[in-house]
Amino acid sequence: MSEFAVFLGPVLAAMLTAATPLLFAALGELVVEKSGVLNLGVEGMMLAGAVIGFMVAASTGSSTLGFIAAAVAGLVMGALFGVLTLGLLANQVATGLALTLFGVGLSALVGQGWVGRPIADVPELRIPGLTDLPVIGPALFGQDALVYLGLAMVPAVHWFLFSTRAGLVLRAVGENHAAAHALGYKVARIRFLAVLFGGAMSGIAGAYLSLDYTPMWAENMTAGRGWIALALVVFATWKPGRVLLGAWLFGGVTIAQLHVQGHGFAVPAQLLSMLPYLATILVLVAISRDVARIRLNAPACLGKVFHPDG
Amino acid sequence: MASPTPRLDLRGITKRFPGCLANDHVDLALLPGEIHALLGENGAGKSTLVKIIYGVQHADSGTLHWEGREVAISDPHAARRLGIGMVFQHFSLFDTLTVAENIALGIEDKTTSLKDLAVRIRAVSERYGLALDPGRHVFDLSVGERQRVEIVRCLLQDPRLLIMDEPTSVLTPQEVGRLFETLRRLAAEGCTILYISHKLEEIRALCDRATVLRGGKVVATCDPRKETARSLAEMMIGTSLSTPERAAAAVTGAPRLEVRHLSTTTDVPFATELKDVSLEVRAGEILGIAGVAGNGQAELMAALSGETLIGDEGAVLIEGRPVGHLGPRARRELGLAFVPEERLGRGAVPELSLSENALLSGYAREPLVRSGMVHFGRARSYAEKIIDLFNVVTHGHRAEARSLSGGNLQKFIIGREILQKPKLLIVGQPTWGVDAGAAAAIHQALMDLARGGTAVLVISQDLDELFVLCDRISVLFHGRLSPSTPSHQTTVEQIGLLMGGLFGNSGDDEGEVGRVA
Amino acid sequence: MSLIRLEPRGHASRAMVYLTPVLAVALTLASGFLLFLALGFDPVKALHAFFIQPVSTARGLGELVVKATPLVLIGVGLAIGFRANVWNIGAEGQLTLGAIVGGGIGLAFYGDGGWWVLPLMVLGGVAGGMAWAAIPAWLKLRFNASEILTSLMLTYVALLLLNYLINGPYRDPEGFAFPESRMFEPYATLPHLIQGTRVHLGSLFALLAVAGGWVLMSRTFIGFQIRVIGLTPAAAGYAGFNEKRIVWLTLLLSGGLAGLAGLGEVAGPIGQITPSVSPGYGFTAIIVAFLGRLHPVGILLAGLLMALSFIGGEAAQIALGLPKAITGVFQGMLLFFLLACDVLIRYRVRFGARRAAA
Repeated sequence: MSEFAVFLGPVLAAMLTAATPLLFAALGELVVEKSGVLNLGVEGMMLAGAVIGFMVAASTGSSTLGFIAAAVAGLVMGALFGVLTLGLLANQVATGLALTLFGVGLSALVGQGWVGRPIADVPELRIPGLTDLPVIGPALFGQDALVYLGLAMVPAVHWFLFSTRAGLVLRAVGENHAAAHALGYKVARIRFLAVLFGGAMSGIAGAYLSLDYTPMWAENMTAGRGWIALALVVFATWKPGRVLLGAWLFGGVTIAQLHVQGHGFAVPAQLLSMLPYLATILVLVAISRDVARIRLNAPACLGKVFHPDG
Repeated sequence: MASPTPRLDLRGITKRFPGCLANDHVDLALLPGEIHALLGENGAGKSTLVKIIYGVQHADSGTLHWEGREVAISDPHAARRLGIGMVFQHFSLFDTLTVAENIALGIEDKTTSLKDLAVRIRAVSERYGLALDPGRHVFDLSVGERQRVEIVRCLLQDPRLLIMDEPTSVLTPQEVGRLFETLRRLAAEGCTILYISHKLEEIRALCDRATVLRGGKVVATCDPRKETARSLAEMMIGTSLSTPERAAAAVTGAPRLEVRHLSTTTDVPFATELKDVSLEVRAGEILGIAGVAGNGQAELMAALSGETLIGDEGAVLIEGRPVGHLGPRARRELGLAFVPEERLGRGAVPELSLSENALLSGYAREPLVRSGMVHFGRARSYAEKIIDLFNVVTHGHRAEARSLSGGNLQKFIIGREILQKPKLLIVGQPTWGVDAGAAAAIHQALMDLARGGTAVLVISQDLDELFVLCDRISVLFHGRLSPSTPSHQTTVEQIGLLMGGLFGNSGDDEGEVGRVA
Repeated sequence: MSLIRLEPRGHASRAMVYLTPVLAVALTLASGFLLFLALGFDPVKALHAFFIQPVSTARGLGELVVKATPLVLIGVGLAIGFRANVWNIGAEGQLTLGAIVGGGIGLAFYGDGGWWVLPLMVLGGVAGGMAWAAIPAWLKLRFNASEILTSLMLTYVALLLLNYLINGPYRDPEGFAFPESRMFEPYATLPHLIQGTRVHLGSLFALLAVAGGWVLMSRTFIGFQIRVIGLTPAAAGYAGFNEKRIVWLTLLLSGGLAGLAGLGEVAGPIGQITPSVSPGYGFTAIIVAFLGRLHPVGILLAGLLMALSFIGGEAAQIALGLPKAITGVFQGMLLFFLLACDVLIRYRVRFGARRAAA
């Protein structure tokens, strides 16, 4: 029993940390998609956040500044996307892809001198009493602040979307942008703000990877997590609570993969590394086949270009 | 006696779009407590003028005066703050949100909680006889109920000017009557009503004054009660109206289309299931199906055209052959042609040229494709033939479909189908949103086609049109089809009752018998 | 947005359709100028090293064609899919599978083969790419799953598969444990077309693809169906077009072409299977497709331009020490500028606030 307990603690902890970047990115994209915009550039925005966050944290010694800088970097990338798709009415799919390609290239360029640089660890929180609980104490209550922030964002996003007027307007814009416009709401402006939020969240997600999860910068270090986050939003049928579930699921898959390798099963490392991607496909398929459910929950105007003059 | 200050006074309003002058120095004065009609056919400029009043568009020149003061209405919020409410023809509703949430989005007061709002909604809806449940989701509501949401949304703002844009096109005759009662009540309380419609008999029944727009200009102001429908129509069009000719009695032949006990099921939300639909259309006759949108028309059309496949092959028969399992292409090869309700976006591809759009349905029966290769030359001549024979106003076969006006596009699409010499033609909403001249031409073309031996099925919300065109009329309600009656043996009122759900003999499972929506 | 307004033209401007790619290229060069300046390099020298230097010799031009070949092959296939609104983002994975299957055949017959091995490899490459694209196609049609996400996930899977194979069964037993396969025998290598360069048979395939793609899209009925499905799916339903068949066709076609490109790389310039058979051709081809306006001939030109950006990046790195990652930045910027300039096709840009009613 105690062996299991020893095993459980680190597993839970690992699950939470692995889920955190996905949680931030997916929650951000959820808000964006709820407003009717499909931003495929999450991977690019995450990388921008990762590299900028790393650079600032390594130069200043403050991981907090690093995270803030990462949020700004992601926000700027989001703004770029917003200007193109909402201002210049460019195709959202193509622009999102362009953002990813650009983000990959730009982060590689900017981060060149920083590959392999060491960086101070982000301090873990200690909550008196709770952190000292056996087994689950360190796992659940000894994480760094970002993990808790990520968890807190779930009810925060839910409250915003479903209990505030601003959230109602945002949902309306995603549901029927023509009607929202006819009622006098500034569709482009609301969507732009949502996109900025999504960018900032993706930036933070990326910085979590480079500052916390594996404290270092390497080219393309997000390894597809941005795309997985996009799939998570669909899996969650655009509901914040289910995003949490999905993020934990992926955290679990990632951990399972590491543990299988650790315990010496004769499965080649590369095949295990495929697990998260295959799991994403399975999850996507499982949810997409329910056409009726998608129709009821997906923002009806997702991805459609809004022409103010018709 | 001093003449009362107009509630809203428009002077010299002008608005231009690329390619057309929508409003040309329009003057309009609306008095308190009057019901004022704005008349004009499609394209006359009514929509634009009203959008300017509501702040959705801005005029290029001219002034607006509200209760004596000059104002600039910058956006709908400003309009609502002044006291202007508008019920659009196409509702601004959000399907997945509740009635209360929808109304909350449309009013200026951002601080009322949804709970308090629900109380106010119930109060207003009871006061004006517009029953509504604030907690229901909009996708659950019928079209008539959705309009009530729009109206209650306006009424909650205590409007002093209420604009109604083509409100009755989606209502049964009985629902129209109840709407008129509500409007008269509002007018009696001092609210001004601006009523936009092309339904002349309704305007004569409801309105105190009427302003007629033609080509963007005001051509007449009158008291509709002192005019006849014909004189109003002639003011709208500018010339005398020609009524389509119809042969005295239709000569009918063998049944071209038979539908036997057609039932459909669907997982798609917001869709209607067809229940045991049976009908028959013979060569040379025109059968009309009346019904308010949302009662299964789209599903029926898709089942007949082949866009939806039917498990029971024998439920749909063309000239006696079961076709339920065949797609549109195969059915076209058997002699079917059809004109969908949506023109741009289903009947035609907006970005493609007319010759390419001719190819869209022409490939099945015309020799436009050989060995997988397209003969663009033949497609061009086919398009030119259509343009010529049906008087489609356009630059030529190269013009993109979206550059055509609604009426001309519809003439093109109908012409494309008619020139294929089909054995059976199915048409949905043939003259919706089409100007009177094109509508008359389309009606004539359909009647000529029937006279030539084709079986024609018309699905429409416009009862006047059905009575002009059809030999027999049925009604579609909640997925059920009533038995057909010869048009000269029934009246608009009777059809109206059927549209509202009163099916005399058929046992309706939801106990709708006797219920008028 | 009140300082800059967009005014609809009312129709698509034909002039702009041809102008915007040119405009986008010009803007990218201008930005490149500024970027080099910011990085501390002489911008003129850098631009010269990037764009002029590499193609100033015959061998350089040959390299241009070699690099452009996979881009054009894949781009043509992707463009046809994009026209049908089918977004194959996993071309990189399909390319990889083409290399794995086609190259694997070459390895399987190592030492025992003859002239017939190469055609078999080509077929294998195409089949491998097609099979990998068939998965997203099936998932989309059967389960309504987004092909963007599934094809992309499969790319990561494909790359991991290659990594596994190259460290395992595909590894050269006499190769000192480097993760590389044996070099292909001459009969398992694509023949060179032009003396003194590395231009190989794959380039001929690319030209055939351009021609075939052009005929398909502009002259055949299937091409018409593809366009209608992409523009207005409901009209395609009205016309009775079989959307499922078209989705299969476009995905299998683009997958097959990507697989062919992958085989072309390993049986061509690389000559063996390595852990990295492509510097991102599958993704760059997306840009090529857009830059070429989704038209086969445009893609040919765009492919050459993008190939130049790859070669230029390498050349500038060697000559001036410019970081290699600049290439990715250039490519991303080019796509951005193109998407931005595209607005000019349907809208005019007007400055100044709109006049309000008096």
